[in-house]
Amino acid sequence: MSNNQLEQLSQNFEQFETSLNGSKGSIHDTRKEAISSFLKSGFPTSKNEEYKYTDLSKLVGKKVDFSQRRKGSELDHEKVSDRIVEGLDAYELTFVNGHFQVELSNLPELDGVRVSGFREALINYEQTLDDHFSKYASFEKDELVALNTGFSEDGSFIHIKKGQRLDKPVVLNYINDVHENQTQNYPRNLVVAEESSELTIIEIYHDLGEDTSFTNEVTEIVIAENAKLDHYKLQLNNDKAFYTGTTQVSQATSSTFTSYTFTTGGAVIRNNLNVDQEGEGCETNMYGLYLVDGSAHVDNHTTVDHKKPNSYSNELYKGILRDKARGVFNGKIYVRSEAQKTNAFQSNKNILLSDTSVVNTKPQLEIWADDVKCSHGCTTGQIDEEALFYMQARGLSKESARALLLYAFATEVLENVRVENIKVFLEKTISKHLYR
Amino acid sequence: MNMLKINNLHAAIEDKKILNGINLEVKAGEVHAIMGPNGSGKSTLASVLAGREDYEVSEGEAAFLGEDLLDMAPEDRARAGVFLAFQYPVEIPGVSTINFMKTALNQVREYRGQETLDAVSFLTLMKEKMKLVDIDQSLLSRSLNEGFSGGEKKRNEIFQMAMLEPKLAILDETDSGLDIDALKIVANGVNKLKGKENATIVVTHYQRLLDYIVPDYVHVLYNGRIVKSGTKELAHELEAKGYDWIKEEAATA
Repeated sequence: MSNNQLEQLSQNFEQFETSLNGSKGSIHDTRKEAISSFLKSGFPTSKNEEYKYTDLSKLVGKKVDFSQRRKGSELDHEKVSDRIVEGLDAYELTFVNGHFQVELSNLPELDGVRVSGFREALINYEQTLDDHFSKYASFEKDELVALNTGFSEDGSFIHIKKGQRLDKPVVLNYINDVHENQTQNYPRNLVVAEESSELTIIEIYHDLGEDTSFTNEVTEIVIAENAKLDHYKLQLNNDKAFYTGTTQVSQATSSTFTSYTFTTGGAVIRNNLNVDQEGEGCETNMYGLYLVDGSAHVDNHTTVDHKKPNSYSNELYKGILRDKARGVFNGKIYVRSEAQKTNAFQSNKNILLSDTSVVNTKPQLEIWADDVKCSHGCTTGQIDEEALFYMQARGLSKESARALLLYAFATEVLENVRVENIKVFLEKTISKHLYR
Repeated sequence: MNMLKINNLHAAIEDKKILNGINLEVKAGEVHAIMGPNGSGKSTLASVLAGREDYEVSEGEAAFLGEDLLDMAPEDRARAGVFLAFQYPVEIPGVSTINFMKTALNQVREYRGQETLDAVSFLTLMKEKMKLVDIDQSLLSRSLNEGFSGGEKKRNEIFQMAMLEPKLAILDETDSGLDIDALKIVANGVNKLKGKENATIVVTHYQRLLDYIVPDYVHVLYNGRIVKSGTKELAHELEAKGYDWIKEEAATA
């Protein structure tokens, strides 16, 4: 990336500070530290092992213009709801170009749960924010986290209290209005689930318009004892969208966290999903599916860190790629010496539909405990010709046989989706993608 | 008219010649057995007729109901009425037999100019055909052949055959991997499907299956040619004497 871009980002930060108009809140020192940390290093390059196949410095450097100022958007509700999953009954926080739109949102008004925009939370829930903000996602360790932390102005705050179970999922609807110019967004989400609570969160990313967007998100999720949290990320962007994001999860004893990441669009997507199992008997499930074409580049880096005994993790990521698309998968599993009787499973499977699509996949297991069960596997291949012939020999056209095989391959990842409308929506999205 | 007429058929895989001039005529209502030692080309013949692309036909013709079979895509052969029961049915994760058959049958019916079936009529038809091979609906709801026993896979093949109602059924080593009870069930299913309007080719190494599916004609394939043809007595002779005398005869011929 060029010095110009860093210079521009530095200016943008100054403007951001000015716009705060003195009401900087308690987290502003953290922002300043974070942005100076970022400005020293810039976007990660391929010299950084974690970004070996995704040189963000180059990729972002070419297309993203940080001098373009986001404009206010004039979206009305009708336009927004068009883009939302059909029939999904949920609480909803809508963001346009990174800014929370209360009039396009539908917040729960219940005791036992606090849901608001991030800016409002800075005022209303300062103590909780102070306790958790930037305590899990470390800006010293990752440039993307540093950039987001520096610009953490808006996003969402979700806090569910002990023993509560929210009756509907909470949707975070992130819309880039790129009709007329580029946008840059830095969504910051904080999710706190207290003891024995249950919550489902669905992040949806999409674009209105054809221009470039740049989104750099950080979501910190804290899950207390016995709590259960499902986290969905639906990345439905246009082919000019740049998205980088970190989901940083901290799990306490006997908690369950399940993550679903579905990617059907975007120019460059980089997802960091890091789960720290801080307590005993934790369960972590990570599902991912990327269906990409054109020259899209989708990179999923996941880490699960088993620190205590009797824990479990299960990971399944699948990809179907065509044209010149590139997929990157890196799955780290750490099993610390204390984490005896841990079961950890990981699988990454890819189908390449063209000679020019590429997948780089790398499982990384580091195990210090001796009484554990771990397995991992990855496959990358073409569609199974033997299966195709079998189906044709029963009268299926080659096209429908292919589509049926690919559909079956892809929908395996949906088996554990518990929100029915999301499942139906994803099934339709997969079909559309495969029959095109 | 012949159901199937094969004339001087030559086929190779990766430059290795396997079929060296097959001639065969099959009429409606007939059951033909094709026997022969391992590597004689039996399964290749079945695969070539079904349209497997790995094989290259270098010479000869095959006509199905007067149409050039070799010119047709595999799915069109199936739709026109050729059915191959696989020696090794393929496991297809994530696609249930029911779903698969619904898609297949409707594409076949469309090709044949018949109306496609709605869910209810499909289910009625399916239940009727399930009885033929004594197959359970729970098995058909599972991923196609995935984790099925050898017997279950072969029964599933015959179930699919019953659903698609082919004119010409080619059973490729359907007896392999079956115990005697499973063999009887499968053979029984095939026998119930036989009729004046359709024909069956049974490809097998052993005579055992032919005790249950009784052939009208038996052909012995060796080195890619039919070296001997006869009736079911020929199968018994092979069972008693093995294939060595066939090989010797072929060598001196």
